[in-house]
Amino acid sequence: MSGLEDLYREIILDHYRSPRNRGELAVPPAHRTDGFNPLCGDEIVVYLELDDPAKGDDATITDLRIGGQGCSISQSSASMMSAAVKGHTVGDARHLTRAFKSMMSIHEGELGGDGSEAEADGGTVEPGELPLGDLDALKGVVKFPVRIKCATLGWNTLLQGFDDAGG
Amino acid sequence: MEVTGPGQDGPGHDLDVEAIRKDFPILATQMNGKRLTYLDTAATSQKPRAVLEAMDHYYETSNANVHRAAYSLAEQATNALEGARAKVARFIGATSPDQVVFTKNATESLNLVARAWGGKFLSAGDVVVLSQLEHHANIVPWHQLAAEQGVELRWIPVGPDGRLDLSGLDALLDGAKMLAVTAMSNVTGTITPVTELAERAHAAGALVAVDACQYAPHLSLDVQTFGADFVAFSSHKMLGPTGIGVLWGRPEVLDATPPFLGGGGMILDVTMDGFTPAAVPQKFEAGTPAVAEAVGLGAAVDYLDALGMDQVRAHEVALNRYAIEMLTDRFGDALTIHGPQEPEARGGVLSFALADIHPHDMSQVLNEHGVGVRPGHHCAKPLMRVLGVGATTRASWYVYNDTDDIDVLGDALADALDFFGL
Repeated sequence: MSGLEDLYREIILDHYRSPRNRGELAVPPAHRTDGFNPLCGDEIVVYLELDDPAKGDDATITDLRIGGQGCSISQSSASMMSAAVKGHTVGDARHLTRAFKSMMSIHEGELGGDGSEAEADGGTVEPGELPLGDLDALKGVVKFPVRIKCATLGWNTLLQGFDDAGG
Repeated sequence: MEVTGPGQDGPGHDLDVEAIRKDFPILATQMNGKRLTYLDTAATSQKPRAVLEAMDHYYETSNANVHRAAYSLAEQATNALEGARAKVARFIGATSPDQVVFTKNATESLNLVARAWGGKFLSAGDVVVLSQLEHHANIVPWHQLAAEQGVELRWIPVGPDGRLDLSGLDALLDGAKMLAVTAMSNVTGTITPVTELAERAHAAGALVAVDACQYAPHLSLDVQTFGADFVAFSSHKMLGPTGIGVLWGRPEVLDATPPFLGGGGMILDVTMDGFTPAAVPQKFEAGTPAVAEAVGLGAAVDYLDALGMDQVRAHEVALNRYAIEMLTDRFGDALTIHGPQEPEARGGVLSFALADIHPHDMSQVLNEHGVGVRPGHHCAKPLMRVLGVGATTRASWYVYNDTDDIDVLGDALADALDFFGL
């Protein structure tokens, strides 16, 4: 398998060509959060609707939409993320985010990256409520360090969205 | 493919690219097991052996701190620095080396203009005119000035052809104190009419600062012809080392501009009550300068002079023509070339889109072919918004590129289309 096919698994290209939960939600009641990758100009917009933001981690993500534009890695990762967390609680989504970023960051450290993605988790994550599922296909990204920021853009935007929404 | 290329463009227009390539050690290396096809000169150029050896030679024979010391070695070092300054001055048609200020890079040069000149001569409500083609280096320092001093920024628009739309220029310049504009876009390659812009800005009472970062390496630059007040460029894009840039200034404007950074080397006198700045250019060169880098830049200028800047330009126009014709022929409507379509209207920079393949993905596939291009916004986000794109893929060429490089690019693009199933 060439390096390219390692990076661009079929499931990634599928999410890129047919992104899940693509679109917008009315704000309010939804919250809109914009994420930028200043290096390449990619943008992810996360529209987040919670049943009751006051419930914190127990709030349920009743709806989620992804907007913006970017490369296949950033867009497919956000698409997979949306499919994985929609209908689940904020707490579960946070846990999955940690697991995903850990999958990216452990290798980032090994590859001599700055490891900044690993902050606060110590790099170890117990199995969560939500399986990585399709997201496992993105682990090839770690062999391409400059693309890790692409893969994590949607997730960082989601975390920011939880903070913005008070969830 | 038989088309007119370098070396076939008539007498006086023939760079011997094969011989030139042998002067650049890095071009003999491989990337991902493939011949290195370096198409990212607009980001930074590669360096000929003459530049590398000049810097080594300086450190091996002449290194000491410059100015003031009485021993011979320090005098050699000072001569090396000032000799490089004289070479640069000659290269850009300056009437005296004293008009050449060494900075860290073009970004610092433009910051010097905005912060030191603008800091003294601009106040709330004063107008600075920029163009939508500008690199962030010629935008952000003015934004900072706008935020801190209430300066108003106006923008020369860019038309759909990637050229400046000068139809409203008189209104934009009305009451302006500064026009800061690029001579060549790092995204679209658009060459702007600097001489005309400078004349019209001066007629309106504004000074003119030119970002020649892309222009200086590729076209014959004559500051007298430009007619501007400041001209900024970087060494590393014109075969020289990183870490040194140039700000040329009209003598009376440099004299009137206060120092930018303070420290050793830029003073005439310091007391407990204050300081008296040195004369230009030392006034703008606080701290130990990048002497070896200046020597390297001097060697780069010598190398370009030996090739001849008119030959360099003719070679790049020929590559522009070859690339535009071949890629258009090969990819048809799937290909969008941003900026002017005429080879003569642009520098050796080609930003394009191909069949919705994102530039980041595109450059990843090209990397597998040993091709180095740049994806992204190229530090020109306002222009990206004008073009209606988030990013472009940019290929750029120089004296060491030939039609073979463009052919490799074409093959790699075809592979990307195939890979992404488009």
